[in-house]
Amino acid sequence: MEPKKLTMVVFSGDMDKAVAAFNIATGAAASGWEVTMFFTFWGIKLVQQGGLTGRSLFGRMLGLMNRGGINRVGPSRLNFLGAGRWMFKRMMKSHGAAPLAELQKLAGELDVKMIACQMSMDVMEIRRDQLIPEVAEVGGVAAMLEEAGQSQATLFI
Amino acid sequence: MTQEKEADLVLDLKGLVCPMPVVRVSQAMKRLDVGAVIEAVATDPAVVADMRAWARTTGNELLSMEQSGGLFTFRLRKVK
Repeated sequence: MEPKKLTMVVFSGDMDKAVAAFNIATGAAASGWEVTMFFTFWGIKLVQQGGLTGRSLFGRMLGLMNRGGINRVGPSRLNFLGAGRWMFKRMMKSHGAAPLAELQKLAGELDVKMIACQMSMDVMEIRRDQLIPEVAEVGGVAAMLEEAGQSQATLFI
Repeated sequence: MTQEKEADLVLDLKGLVCPMPVVRVSQAMKRLDVGAVIEAVATDPAVVADMRAWARTTGNELLSMEQSGGLFTFRLRKVK
């Protein structure tokens, strides 16, 4: 029997949605599914190493005000300039939930295929070498659709 | 008492929450031979539904699931 396949478009760069995305990805991979995560727009933040990015004035401003890296992303609600992120991290820890960075690392270990969107990277002026090494390739809509077309489940997060 | 095969591997999943119990069980299963039995203890109530679904999805067998106090003890046999 062919393994089932899951494709996820991770558009959001919010911590809460990222927890859901990596939770589903690792759970699926552990259940024998082939999993592809396609990171686009704000989702690129989740696969950035976390350094400053950008070449132009706007690009640099974006890199400064929207700093990437999985440990920097905040929740979609109640962030309060980072206080919410701190609170959620504490609460997840106290309830035994795996930290987001650990889930991401685990996804890599479980062979979850991570693809970064070239167009988002171009627009936001983020280079390939500024992404984490777990990103297997950089591609566009055709790369995502090829994976989605072979999938039993496709999610947009 | 029913006659039970002694577990080949005992997993402590206490304190772990979704998706970690499933991930740990899956990782442990990979290292075992077909026919091997895992016994695991967890505190996450979601394992009741999750291990049943995981066994069906992966084609392995959930031999038992028992709850006692806040502990969930289950046994799985590797079928493939």
